[in-house]
Amino acid sequence: MEYVSPEGLRLDGRRPMEMRQLRAELGAVSRADGSAVFEMGNTKVIAAVYGPREVQNRSQQMNDKALIRCEYTMANFSTGDRLRRPKGDRRSTEISLVIRQTMEACIMTHLMPRSQIDIFVQVLQADGGTRSACINAATLALADAGIPMCDLVTSCSAGYLNSTPLLDLNYVEDSAGGPDVTVGILPKLDKVTLLQMDAKLPMDIFENVMQLATEGCKAVANYIREVLLENTKQLENRRGV
Amino acid sequence: MEQRLANSLIMTVNEKKFIESALLSDIRVDGRRPFDYRNLTIRFGSEDGSAEVQLGQTQVIGFVTGQLTQPYRDRPNEGSFAIFTEFSPMADPSFEPGRPGETAIELGRIVDRGLRESRAIDTESLCVIAGKLVWSIRIDLHIIDNGGNLVDAANIAALAALSTFRRPECTLGGEDGQELIVHPPDVREPLPLILHHFPVAVTFGFIGKENTVLIDPTHYEEAVMGGSMTATLNTNGDVCAIQKAGGDGVLQTVIMQCLRIASVKAGDITSKIKNAVESYNTQRSLRKIKRHNPDQQGSSDVARHHMERLTVGSDQTGIASQFNEHDKTNKRNSTLKGFSGGPASWDPYSKGVDGDALRTTLASRVIPPLDKQKEESSQVNPETKSSPKSSNTNSFASTHESGLEKKQSKTLKDAVKPKHKRRNKSNAS
Repeated sequence: MEYVSPEGLRLDGRRPMEMRQLRAELGAVSRADGSAVFEMGNTKVIAAVYGPREVQNRSQQMNDKALIRCEYTMANFSTGDRLRRPKGDRRSTEISLVIRQTMEACIMTHLMPRSQIDIFVQVLQADGGTRSACINAATLALADAGIPMCDLVTSCSAGYLNSTPLLDLNYVEDSAGGPDVTVGILPKLDKVTLLQMDAKLPMDIFENVMQLATEGCKAVANYIREVLLENTKQLENRRGV
Repeated sequence: MEQRLANSLIMTVNEKKFIESALLSDIRVDGRRPFDYRNLTIRFGSEDGSAEVQLGQTQVIGFVTGQLTQPYRDRPNEGSFAIFTEFSPMADPSFEPGRPGETAIELGRIVDRGLRESRAIDTESLCVIAGKLVWSIRIDLHIIDNGGNLVDAANIAALAALSTFRRPECTLGGEDGQELIVHPPDVREPLPLILHHFPVAVTFGFIGKENTVLIDPTHYEEAVMGGSMTATLNTNGDVCAIQKAGGDGVLQTVIMQCLRIASVKAGDITSKIKNAVESYNTQRSLRKIKRHNPDQQGSSDVARHHMERLTVGSDQTGIASQFNEHDKTNKRNSTLKGFSGGPASWDPYSKGVDGDALRTTLASRVIPPLDKQKEESSQVNPETKSSPKSSNTNSFASTHESGLEKKQSKTLKDAVKPKHKRRNKSNAS
């Protein structure tokens, strides 16, 4: 099947280096300390952050830093077929672990000892790149909650089909069986914190694809910064500054 | 949302500082350099498809088993495989029995990603009847001792076990050609799996603010490191999978450098696995030659070939005529082709065996019975045998199964002691 037409257009009309349309909204969940909805094309994800608060399970309390907990779930209606997904299945557990460790890299946990920060992420619509959308949504939610972070974490995925590196794969391109590289970076520090890849790729092509994904992450970071600035301006207006 | 860390080792500040500052001078606590692997030993169990890997202090056992199942609906002519991990509580004080925790699931998924997406196992060859029956391979990884770097050891165990696994051969047969016959391993040689390449996992640890990189972290280094990355590569220069699940950030150049180092290490490990598998295969084929089941037609033919080769040439016809001469029952004639020797429990040297009773017991086992006369003479003749023949019987006697030994020695004795005829012949010549 042809994923890149001879004119250089993908199945949904994008160019190979073009990302899907991004849309973010802060404060979607009123009871949470911080929340955000993040859309990448048709993929829609909602994240809620509770914390810092008292540790609920005393045995897990850490005396020198905050405990980060993360839970990733996919709603039953998120994919094409309405599947009853068992809550603790392997993929969800792995992605929860990945998101938790990614956010731990940027949250300044040593400023909040003996406390707990909960991050809940749920996928409402899944069209490829859910992992990246979740990390971006979690970053926004943490910023909305005012939790100190050393840098934003942004994430984007890239692939390689029909001998072309493609940025931001959607579900059809993802399930084509080609390689899928998900990268999460700290944009200001320009460091890679999350890197996951599956399927085979020769090493030099992998370097190109990872570079492309990193560019995508930087574009997402710019967008997130704009959204946060806009949000802060609105808060200032409401306070009458 | 389990927070159980596989490595909840509580380290003192001194220990952490020591490890970090030693790394600044490129020395690790166990004396290795930053990019050295620990000692790798691969051992195989007695069954096909089981391997035990020891990487330094880490021990992992891998088992591969296969089962016939229905295929997935969207892949009707491909087999499937699944990986199950078990973190035994004896491996580490922080492992709990019961459902696998986060680290166990992550390990399983890393090994799975390396094998599945890169198409290392040829799943199409596992298809028996398209759309109805395929082989489903199950890989079980048991962690016996956690000395650090479980991912690499588990991956090597999985690859070694997959290389030595054999599945029974299946053919379509029966009256209408649609029935499935699964041949047991002693009838037809079981088939190995087809592995296109070996995806080898190499784990890096990032320690400290200066992001010192090291390979194959031990248990203590894992407690200290801020981040880790597992790269799965094969010897063809392909990257099969990468897992860097958060942790400290590293520069892109560092990642590419790690991948280059990993490809070198992957080559070493692949050659070690292949050598170990080869020596296992040669041992296995050696075992196959000696292991003759006395009740099998095919193996009895082989036994007879052995007999023929070892005895002096003209005896071959002598054997056949001799048996015909002493044939008292019909079964003997029919079983000449399917000759399988005496019962394991019958001692040809015991004098007090009743011939008739012996005949009935032997006949019940479809074995040519021999009468007392023969058995007495069989005692006399071994002494007069020429040394090569007795040494041959001795060599046969040294094979492991005692029944085999009795049967071989009895056959040889019977074969080469043509009794009166033989003596006449030798006297004549």
